[in-house]
Amino acid sequence: MDLSSINPVLLLASLMVAATPLLFAALGELIVERAGVLNLGVEGMMITGAVAGFIIAVESGSPALGFLCAAIAGALLSLLFALLTQVFLANQVASGLALTLFGLGLSALLGRDYVGIKPPSTPKLDLGMLADIPFVGRVLFTHDLMVYLALVLAIAIWFFLHRTRAGLILRAVGENHDAAHALGYKVVLIRFAAIAFGGACAGVGGAYLSLVRVPQWTEGMTAGIGWIALALVVFASWKPGRVILGAYLFGGVNVLQLNLQAAGAAIPVEYLAMSPYLVTILVLVIMSADRSRAPASLGRPFHASN
Amino acid sequence: MKLIKHLATATMALGVATGAMAAGHGEKTKVGFVYVGPVGDGGWTYEHNEGRLAVEEHFGDQVETVFVESVPEGPDSERVMTQMALEGADLIFTTSFGYMDPTINVASKFPDVKFEHATGYKTADNVSVYSARFYEGRAVQGLIAGNLTESNIIGYIGSYPIPEVIRGINSAYIQAKKVNPDVEFKIVWAYTWFDPAKEADAAKVLIEQGADVILQHTDSTAPQAAAQEAGNVYTFGQASDMIEYAPMPRVSSIIDNWAPYYIERTQAVIDGTWETANTWDGIGAGMVGIGEITDAVPADVKEAALALKDAIASGEVHPFTGPLNKQDGSAWLAEGETADDGTLAGMNFYVEGITGEIPQ
Repeated sequence: MDLSSINPVLLLASLMVAATPLLFAALGELIVERAGVLNLGVEGMMITGAVAGFIIAVESGSPALGFLCAAIAGALLSLLFALLTQVFLANQVASGLALTLFGLGLSALLGRDYVGIKPPSTPKLDLGMLADIPFVGRVLFTHDLMVYLALVLAIAIWFFLHRTRAGLILRAVGENHDAAHALGYKVVLIRFAAIAFGGACAGVGGAYLSLVRVPQWTEGMTAGIGWIALALVVFASWKPGRVILGAYLFGGVNVLQLNLQAAGAAIPVEYLAMSPYLVTILVLVIMSADRSRAPASLGRPFHASN
Repeated sequence: MKLIKHLATATMALGVATGAMAAGHGEKTKVGFVYVGPVGDGGWTYEHNEGRLAVEEHFGDQVETVFVESVPEGPDSERVMTQMALEGADLIFTTSFGYMDPTINVASKFPDVKFEHATGYKTADNVSVYSARFYEGRAVQGLIAGNLTESNIIGYIGSYPIPEVIRGINSAYIQAKKVNPDVEFKIVWAYTWFDPAKEADAAKVLIEQGADVILQHTDSTAPQAAAQEAGNVYTFGQASDMIEYAPMPRVSSIIDNWAPYYIERTQAVIDGTWETANTWDGIGAGMVGIGEITDAVPADVKEAALALKDAIASGEVHPFTGPLNKQDGSAWLAEGETADDGTLAGMNFYVEGITGEIPQ
């Protein structure tokens, strides 16, 4: 075994990149579920964002515009889900699964002419002096804007949920939609907004895959990250801070296990391969021993006549 | 709720009706394909789908083809195969190693349907196996890789530790070592055939640890993109030409050409002459192609690579020719001796010089 060939700086730096798509998608879904809606279509919205962002970035030459359009595309797709479940009161689980299938098919169709093209590269943020700090500088301050945006988003969501009136209303809708309705809040409208926000986040997460992390368009390239994001929200007990922890753990252990393999560590590869899932679940389950629970109205349909 | 119930009943009735119609409709030969990835993966599944399209073009109205993509390996695939057989498929190609036992199970339930399983080794009265000698192409890659590397570290992204992948690693290593005695292989197992993000991560990790040539045995073009991003790293197209990444990083490729085999077997079903077979063809028969070697490779290396390719095609050279030892130092092949197909088909050991253990 030659562990010296693992460069901890590069390892930690790539950890942040690996965790970002997951973080975006999970944060979006967190808001959706806090509003009492279970949208299983994360995978479909991510892949739609991945292809939409890729196409726009390639055509316009601007990754920023790509990310923006990915957010819009994800949000548009999620509005379809919102229409089905909030207006026509369709089953949320079935509609979410349908959204995933639809998104995978739609993205494959849209992306047919974009296979094998290199996207314009997303510039790294120039943080000047900060990046020159030994070790910490290279790890923390040499990334593109989206990596930081994901972290800022997590903090903003925490602030929104716990320190603002609007956040309180959103949580009220998720905990007891009948009571929120009786107080005069527009439950369906609030849920529409939450679902669209979730879609936009998933879209951006997908675009981060196709524009930065891989970077290319391939059919079905999300390969299950959307499902991991869904699971992560539950294991993180619907708390933004724990979503960050979970996403970084998952991304980090994943990169670490590949590094250990390449360095020839004397740990059986099977254990290394399953370690990202195992470690993430274990840590978050232990942390959620504090009786946190799901929003009480999660997945239940709401109609004003009830 | 009531509406949903009605809809569900209607859908089911429709499904049964179409199923019955398909079964009763006997003139056209129906050929089914089960794919492990999406047809747009640009690699393994893409080439199988090209084979399917060739069958359609060759037979025209005589044949109808159906396919299901991104089918997980394991029990879930049984459901897909059963569905295909129930819908009247006469011949079903299951195109990934992990479909082996499901194929055997489903085949025993449908004795009149012919099954063809790619890269496996279990046959039955109505199950054939077919594969290509990818390791012949790997030998050519190994020769080029051994010449190109300056860090003397070659990264290898494996999918699953199955004989097919291990054969490829050994074959590439033997040739690389021949032209560059200092060469070292770093092997990473991705435990997936298709996951672009993970494949890209694996490539990045190998590059960070000093590899300047990356060989992949996974299906997407993600490692090519990662190598392009890193610059000054060489890669090879896997299963498909991946020419979009030429002339750098992709300097050559192994191309699977399934079309002639698929056409031949479909013809056999139409003629009623289909028999269980175990087909294993290589460069000579045209099942394995070597993609254009780009100008990023020095002329003399390119010449040597093409010479090796021709020698393998004519049978003059076998990629596994002694003297060769196993990883633990025990003798495997004596001077001039070549490996037999049985050993190759079940290969579960590294040759001498490769470090690391094969996950068991």
